[in-house]
Amino acid sequence: MHTTLRSASQEVVIGLDRPFCVIGERINPTGRKVFQEQLRAGDLSAIERDVAAQVAGEADMVDVNMGVPLTDEADLLSRAVTLVQKLTDKPVCIDSSVVEALEAGLAAYEGRALVNSVTAEDDRLAAILPLVKRHDAAIIGLPNDADEIPMDADRRVELARKIVDVATKEYGIATEDVVIDPLAMPIGADTTVVATTLETIRRIRIELGVNMTLGASNVSFGMPGRHALGAAFLPMAMSAGLTSAIMDARSPQIVEAVRAADLLLGNDEWGAAWIAAHRAKLHET
Amino acid sequence: MTPDDILQGLYDQTLVGNAPAVLELTNTGLQLGMQPQTLLFDALIPSLEEVGARFERGDFFVPEMLIAGRAMSGALEVLRPLLAETGVETMGTFLMGTVKGDVHDIGKNLVNIMLEGAGFHVIDLGVQVAPEKFVEAVKEHSPDIVGFSAFLTTTMPMFKANLNALEKAGLRDQVIVMVGGAPVTQEYADAVGSDGYAADASATVKRAKDLLAQRRAVLAS
Repeated sequence: MHTTLRSASQEVVIGLDRPFCVIGERINPTGRKVFQEQLRAGDLSAIERDVAAQVAGEADMVDVNMGVPLTDEADLLSRAVTLVQKLTDKPVCIDSSVVEALEAGLAAYEGRALVNSVTAEDDRLAAILPLVKRHDAAIIGLPNDADEIPMDADRRVELARKIVDVATKEYGIATEDVVIDPLAMPIGADTTVVATTLETIRRIRIELGVNMTLGASNVSFGMPGRHALGAAFLPMAMSAGLTSAIMDARSPQIVEAVRAADLLLGNDEWGAAWIAAHRAKLHET
Repeated sequence: MTPDDILQGLYDQTLVGNAPAVLELTNTGLQLGMQPQTLLFDALIPSLEEVGARFERGDFFVPEMLIAGRAMSGALEVLRPLLAETGVETMGTFLMGTVKGDVHDIGKNLVNIMLEGAGFHVIDLGVQVAPEKFVEAVKEHSPDIVGFSAFLTTTMPMFKANLNALEKAGLRDQVIVMVGGAPVTQEYADAVGSDGYAADASATVKRAKDLLAQRRAVLAS
């Protein structure tokens, strides 16, 4: 099962037999008040720095979210997508819960985007999946509905299956273009939540076989040592079947853990990428 | 154990979130004839304030705040009926919920803990609370303050939807509306027409007290 994303000139393939797809999470104003103010004033310059930092951290893709209240999110997202594509040839994950913003972002995008995201709610599926089909994009599906984020793997798998079924059967989207988010929750609030996420990943891998991505930084929210937690969590999740994450690509500790896991799981032939990264680091110092 | 030992013990054990010890010390204190409000105001609340201060400083983390809150809640369950008997009034009733479409509850739960610690009676409606649920709950509980929490920029517009629903039900003037959550700003809080905003849990308690005092002063005049 391969999910293929493209920019104008670069292709990324997500799959169990591929190196893990690192999607940089940083271009997102949530919790960044200065960035919010800048965006509200139409100043997109911080994006340049964020793209550079994530590309330097070897992100495979970059997520772009422009959720700033009291603004025209569609216009902002469309401009941000265009700007990001000028700054990097990494494929983009277009991130919004506003349908018009997704539409504007997709229209501005050159290539094959990953859309973040749709829930299992009928009205959301009906609003977003036709856009995904029309723009020949891939979609991230969140297995939650209007009532709840399910706290057990059974219900998450059930809702994930619903999203895959509706996307493929009703909208003609290829199975490989549906990427499921098994939902990562903060370990600080409840120390059982990561076990549930890992179980969900294993079951989706076996029962649906689709690619998966998640917001890895959620796991360490409110805890000290966030990089160490990310570096421990992602290899576990990869071993269970996770094939991508929206994550802190600026953290060498986390990215290195992911690349080590690529090698250990047999997705870095002869350790070529691992050795090349080592050599590059030697030349830096 | 002397009453001073009890107070010191309650303070220390709440700080580290030792719920069984806090409960035992509370019961021992009562058996020694200590007043419930002494236990609350001279040990439990100061301890929780210290927890809050450490959290704001980055010295304490989410699990520590949660277990300290749980330890205090255990003591409050014993103390609450006694406080009611002795005529100690609660600060006021605070109805709280995370808005529809949003499932984030850590911040909201921390605010609840701080509010309870400050003497508010907190009614928590949980997450994904639809406007009509807020309206029903305001009718049922007649809170002094209702708080809307949102963690996502995309769910913040529900503040306005909730306010409209209160307006439509003719309840808007009967209740103080506070909003909060990571992406919320004072500017946004003003734009949607709420009465108050605070950036963190302890600031929320302070703001809630101020708003309540203002409201009561207006009603008294």
